[in-house]
Formats: sequence, C-alpha cells, structure tokens
Amino acid sequence: MSAGNSNSSRVPRILVFSTNNISDPGIDMAGGSHMSYSPAVLVIPVPCSSGIKPSWVLHAIDAGFDGVFIAADGTDCAYLQDCTKRTGEIVQKAQSLLEKHGHDPRRLKMAAICSVCAESFQSHMDKFEAALMKLNSTEEKVAQ
Amino acid sequence: MTDRRIGVYICYCGGNISDYVEVEKVRVAISRDPGVVVAKTTMFACSDAAQEEMIEDIKTNKLDGLVVASCSPKLHLFTFRAVAERAGLNPYQYVQVNLREQDSWAHQHDKDQATEKGIRLVRAGIAKCALTEPLSTMRIKTAPRVLIIGAGVAGLRAALSLSDMGLSVFVIEKEAEIGGWVGKFGSMFPNDRKGIDLIGTLAGEAGQRDNIKIFTSSELIEKGGSIGDFSVVIQVEGKEKISLNVGTVIVATGFDSYRLTEGEFGYGLDGVITLPDFKMMLDKSNGSLAFNGRKIKDIAYIYCVGSRQPREMENPNLYCSRYCCTAAVHTSLEVGKKDKSIHQFHLYRDMRTYGKYELLYNSALNNGSVFIKYADDDFPKVERAGDKVHIKVKDLLSHGEEFDIEVDLLILVTGMIPRKNNKLADVLKLPIGMDGFFNEIHPKLRPVETVIDGVFIAGASQGPKTLAESVTSSMAAVSKSAALLMKGYVDLEPLIAKIDPERCVWCDECTKACPYGAIEKVSADGKEVARIIPSLCKGGGTCVPLCPQDAIDVEGYTDVQITAMIDSLIKEVK
Repeated sequence: MSAGNSNSSRVPRILVFSTNNISDPGIDMAGGSHMSYSPAVLVIPVPCSSGIKPSWVLHAIDAGFDGVFIAADGTDCAYLQDCTKRTGEIVQKAQSLLEKHGHDPRRLKMAAICSVCAESFQSHMDKFEAALMKLNSTEEKVAQ
Repeated sequence: MTDRRIGVYICYCGGNISDYVEVEKVRVAISRDPGVVVAKTTMFACSDAAQEEMIEDIKTNKLDGLVVASCSPKLHLFTFRAVAERAGLNPYQYVQVNLREQDSWAHQHDKDQATEKGIRLVRAGIAKCALTEPLSTMRIKTAPRVLIIGAGVAGLRAALSLSDMGLSVFVIEKEAEIGGWVGKFGSMFPNDRKGIDLIGTLAGEAGQRDNIKIFTSSELIEKGGSIGDFSVVIQVEGKEKISLNVGTVIVATGFDSYRLTEGEFGYGLDGVITLPDFKMMLDKSNGSLAFNGRKIKDIAYIYCVGSRQPREMENPNLYCSRYCCTAAVHTSLEVGKKDKSIHQFHLYRDMRTYGKYELLYNSALNNGSVFIKYADDDFPKVERAGDKVHIKVKDLLSHGEEFDIEVDLLILVTGMIPRKNNKLADVLKLPIGMDGFFNEIHPKLRPVETVIDGVFIAGASQGPKTLAESVTSSMAAVSKSAALLMKGYVDLEPLIAKIDPERCVWCDECTKACPYGAIEKVSADGKEVARIIPSLCKGGGTCVPLCPQDAIDVEGYTDVQITAMIDSLIKEVK
C-alpha cells in the first residue's frame, strides 16, 4: 500500500489528467471564476484522454497520490469519435492494474469535463475528495 | 541529476498570482532543483522588459531549457516559445506552468496551500523541461489554391472572398445545380432577400472571376499529402477524374432537412407538409393560397419536428436546429403578405427567435398569429377529419387547456439533420460528432478548424445554422485558410508520436488504433517495424497505451516526462 494512503486525516492528494483542448479550458474556467476546490488537486495536461497509459495511474498511486481523476474529452473529443469508449477501456485496464498491485480500483475515477464544465469539475473534485477520505479511513482501520 | 541548464521565471501577474501565492517562497524552493541555473520572479513575465531579460539570461548563461510559471498556456505558450526562439533556444524546450488559473485563482483562501501547490507545479514543469529534446517543425511550402466542397451560400461566399485575396479556388458541387437550399427559396430572413437572387448574385460574380472554377455533379474521391500541399482527385459526372494540388480544403456541404416517418405528427395525411415544402409552395404562389385545389383559410405550424427529440427515442436528434423557429415565424409573415385573412396557429415548445429575430416574432403576434405552447412530453395529436386536418393540443399558457384546431394545412417545422457524407468523411478522415455533423476542434476557441490540419468546416455541415451564421462561419474558414496560404509556408507541430524501432515487433495494434492512417510498416535493420508518418500524425496519443511493447511516445508527453512530473508533484515540499 502506498505511503500516501496511510493518513486518513490528511487531505487526499488527487492527480488529474486533463486534455489540452477540452477539459483544461474547463479547469481554467473554474479558476477564472474563482471556484474553490482542494489545493491538493494537481493537474497534468495531455493531448487526449485516450492516450493515458494505465502505468501512469499506477505510478501515481504508488508514488503517494490518493486518487487519480481522468478529466476526459468525452463526446467533445476532436481526435476521436469513440474517445469515450477508448478512455473507458483504459480506465478498466488501469483499475485492474491497481487491484493487481493491492490498491482499491476506486482510487481511479473518470468523468467527461467539457471546456466550460467549471462547476462540474469543482463538484467532481469535492465528491472524489470525500470518497477518497472515506477510502483512506476504511483502509487505515483495516490495517490496524 | 541532470546536466541541463534551465532558467525559471515565476510571474506575479501584477498581484493576480502573488496576492494568493508567495511567489518568492516558490522561487527559493525551486532554485536548487536539479538543472536550475537561473530562478527569478517577475512582475509581468509577458512584458517586453521581462522577455528581453529572459533572452539575455538564456544567452549569457547558455540555458538549454526555459520554464515560465504564469498564466494558462492557452494565453502565452506561443509568446514564450517565441522568446526562446529569439534567444536561440529550441522553442520546444520551453515549458509553461499554469500558476494562475489552476492555482492562485482557484485557492484564494489558503495562501499556504496555494504556495505549496505552486512549488509542486513549478517543480513538475522543471522536471518535464529537463527531459525535453530540441524538436524541429516540418516546413511545407503552401499551394495558393483552395478546394471548397459544396456550392451553397457558404461555399460560394467563401470562394469569392478567397478570390478577392488573390487565391485560386476550385468549388465542387455534388448536385447538378449550384445554390444548395438557399437557391431553392424565395424571400428569407433576415432581410427578405430572395435566396434564389442571392445565389444568382454570388454565382454571377464567381462566374466572372478567372481564379474561381466551379465543377457541378462532382465529388472528391481521393486526398493525399498534408496541410499546405494536398493532392486531391475529383470525379466529374461519375466519369472524368481531375487531379488538383491545393493548400487547404473548406468543407461546406450543408445539411438535410429532417425526414419524417409515415404518421409522425400526421405526416402522410392529406394537408400535412414540411416547412421547406410549404416555403417553396408559398414562393411560387400568386395571390391567394390554395392546396390541392382548396383555398387555404387556416394554417397550423408544429415546431421542433425532428429536433430536441426525447432521449428514449432510437437515435434521437437532441440538438436545437436554431433556424426553424425564426424560419416558421418569417414564413407566417410571408403568408400574411399574400392573404391577411388566413388564420395561423403556432404550436411551439420554446420560441427561439433569438437576437433581433425577436422583432419578427413580435410582428407575427401583432399580425394576429396565435401561439400555443405545448409540453416537452405531450406532443400535439394529428388526424384527418373530412377535408380538414384536426389537431388536439394542450396549451401550457392557459393552464393546460385542450384545444381542438381544424386547419386546411398543417406545416411541420422540420429541423436540420446532418447530410450523409460517409464517403467524404472517409476520404478526408474528418471526425464526426455525436450529433452526426462534422466536428470542430473546439466550438468556441477553434470553431472552424478540424483535427485534420488544413481542412476547415463551414456553414451547416458543422451544425445547424441560420443563413447569416453559415456565411459568418464560412468567413472564419476563409480567414483561417488565407492566413495559412498567403504566408507561403506552414510549420507543422513536432509534438507527434514516435516509435522506438528497437522495441517495436510490428504487431499492428498501433495501425489499427490510428484513425488517420499515420502509421506505416517499414523495414529497419532486417525486421518489420511501425513508423510514424509525421505529416499525418495528430499527436493525440491514442496509440500509446495500446502498444504491448511500450514502444510509442508522444513528443512533449513522453513516458519519462509524465513519470518525472508525477514524482515531482508528490515530492515532499520543504
């Protein structure tokens, strides 16, 4: 189990993979609108959510992130009509990989975030943070 | 450790960042990070003075990497790439860190945490920068010629504007006649000008230009090359094939009108017709209106036919077609001009005569049209009774009172649907959105560009639009095309996929994953491997996670860079 999951009192650290054209402008808009979400949310932009490697998700959790959120292009993707399906398959693979390495697959979450989805992003971060806190707490109790 | 020499500049943004992030603390924290040679704060990184200082530092300290932590890359990525270039540094060894939109502005109530996050973000930027390699753009000489697909109002208007700028234009039209939908209509909103006259003017003008050539009954059958230098083959009347070399392509293939099924809103009954059919009938009529020999005294319109359909339907059209409310209201005004005594009933869900078209709605109200609002889940019921069309509808504006309306003619206000262009989409490799129309890169930020560089979409091929909106979007496609072609060359972004031939065992997974045909099989050192075709690769990276050998990376987002960024983001902040 990663060291980052051992402290249920700490604010969960969330790594977000967002996409340059679609979800990143949405996350920018959340900031531009001064919508507050946890400062423990950190974003790495990528070209398309279908290009995220499951090994990156595992690496992030192993390194100490409590959760990984894929802010996917969804149906807005300019590259692929079936981006949602492809990203969904990556999520499945990554969750299997997490499970194989002893991590709860719920530490990975995906949702489509559009270029104006500021409120939706904020809401997803708040909910994911709460879910991860609960998960951390449960795992800590089991470990004791 | 790294032998890189990186300069890091952290911007105050005049307080936008520094009011909520302790910028100096960030600078101190990252100043001893591996590879950092210069670490400075600056009031406005984008100012001329700050840019000059960066150039001086890059030259003096022989920097081979540049990180600017300021606003969103959407604003200044290209500004600082240009700074790097002016200093003799490869622009792709520049990394921008978003310290404003994704830090200071989002965490205004927690300066300590925002500062800690700032340190993490800048560290990740430095880690990424330390792993950058100099990349070169591919410069392609552009052909000063444009292919426009579709000779409707959007295509013809685009052709004239490009011609005005001295560019040669080839227009191909699938139909035997040019003009599209607009060419079939009489008086149209916004200015009551006849569509047929409008097309006549455009076509007449185009006919006089030496640099515009129009091919009717023609289709695009092949496309090769890339932005600035496409080789296309068109087929005229199913026989003659003509090869052309063009720099850009503008797709203006328009729309189709929604096709009703038998019985839908009474379609198929005597006296039930679509708005486009009624419009053409109205345009041709002289004096009083008649249908099948019967004088028309009462007309009803049912709006939102084929648009905003219920989700539970099979393949519903969920979108609003935008033009139809105004078109129906305008048509009813035209009816009033022909015969004031005709009673008109408008059965609508929401009246979307947006902007100045509200005036048309007011005119219709003042001229006696009756507007009845039906519920989203309770559609009017239509049947034929004697020589009349009988409609039952509950009116939300009078608390759900049910009305029985008898009319001589029921007009179904049909929306727009995407034109079936599978062959064209396949030849151009154009992505199609969930609504079936051609997909732009971004509806607001890049509304006429597609992921196929040099191929633009205009008019209703992209989505439902009014006549004026179609022309506006075609002008946007013209300006994008002209800006590319009049420069004479185009530089292709090098942030594309790359394949490690040593790891590759040619399993074909990547070629199957790529929708752009950007991966080919080649022989290298006695074995078959995959190779990226740079001019076709879009750098989306969908092939990356599918490679069983881990042999593919996208430049700027390589495995080692992303991994290093993750490690830097999570690293303890001291």
